Amino acid sequence: MERIAIAQIGDCLLVTIQVDMHDRLALTLREDLGQRLVQTQATGVLLDISGLDTLDTFIARVLAGIASMSKLLGAETVIIGMRPAVAMTLVELGLTLDGVNTALDVERGMALLRRKNA
Amino acid sequence: MPLETVSVDTERDVSRVRRAITAYADNLSFDLLARTHLVTAASELARNMLAYAGGGSVRIAKLRHEARVGLKATFEDQGPGIENLDEALSDGFSSSLGLGLGLGGARRLVDDFELETAVGEGTTVSIASWHEPDRHPPGGP
Ligand SMILES: Nc1ncnc2c1ncn2[C@@H]1O[C@H](COP(=O)(O)OP(=O)(O)OP(=O)(O)O)[C@@H](O)[C@H]1O
Ligand SMILES: [Mg+2]
Repeated sequence: MERIAIAQIGDCLLVTIQVDMHDRLALTLREDLGQRLVQTQATGVLLDISGLDTLDTFIARVLAGIASMSKLLGAETVIIGMRPAVAMTLVELGLTLDGVNTALDVERGMALLRRKNA
Repeated sequence: MPLETVSVDTERDVSRVRRAITAYADNLSFDLLARTHLVTAASELARNMLAYAGGGSVRIAKLRHEARVGLKATFEDQGPGIENLDEALSDGFSSSLGLGLGLGGARRLVDDFELETAVGEGTTVSIASWHEPDRHPPGGP
């Protein structure tokens, strides 16, 4: 089955989404990530969406759901690399993704996690 | 000019619709923001068709008006129709567990938006966006 890879960097899990993420793939990612968080006791999740060229209400809801789930499992989530056109579209849709941390790139995301978890 | 018809029966077809519209928008040299807006609106409408009408079809067509070219997508289903259109179009109304942003959001994201619905017969939503190719030369600033 097709899945999105989850890499571990120190205390963080890094997920790079490169494809047009169809719904099943997004839901599988949420499940896989939950398991990996429990296994690794990671304290941070970096979701790199720089490869994603559209984000509709469903996928946005899954990403927000991943962030809430991770929080319950002891990890902060940072969404990385949202494209400007995607961000503008989300605003137009009325989706503000409140409560989700964002950063421009992986490095800044890591720095944000270190501050949050300090 | 008709380009393609995509039938939407499963969740995979929703991403097929996104990919098709992305490709045609690139082909017509839409700028990135216009493309993202149109594809996102299409994604919402294809999803609605699947969720509330069990599926339908999407006709994609190229439009031309003087110097402008447009990309149009028509979402047609034979589902239950929408009883209260004002309510359905307003942000925050959802008959399911949704956020109720899809329909109103889609309308805001495109240049043209038309919706016809009849209870018990189905719903047809058309969206289109336009641009003037000469104003946005490919590879230009
Ligand atoms: N093709 C359709 N056939 C029948 N009813 C529809 C159709 N499209 C939308 N609706 C109705 O309009 C309502 C509003 O749609 P909209 O897309 O704005 O919100 P949603 O799908 O409920 O949530 P979201 O899109 O934010 O996940 C839906 O809850 C549904 O009742
Ligand atoms: Mg919807």
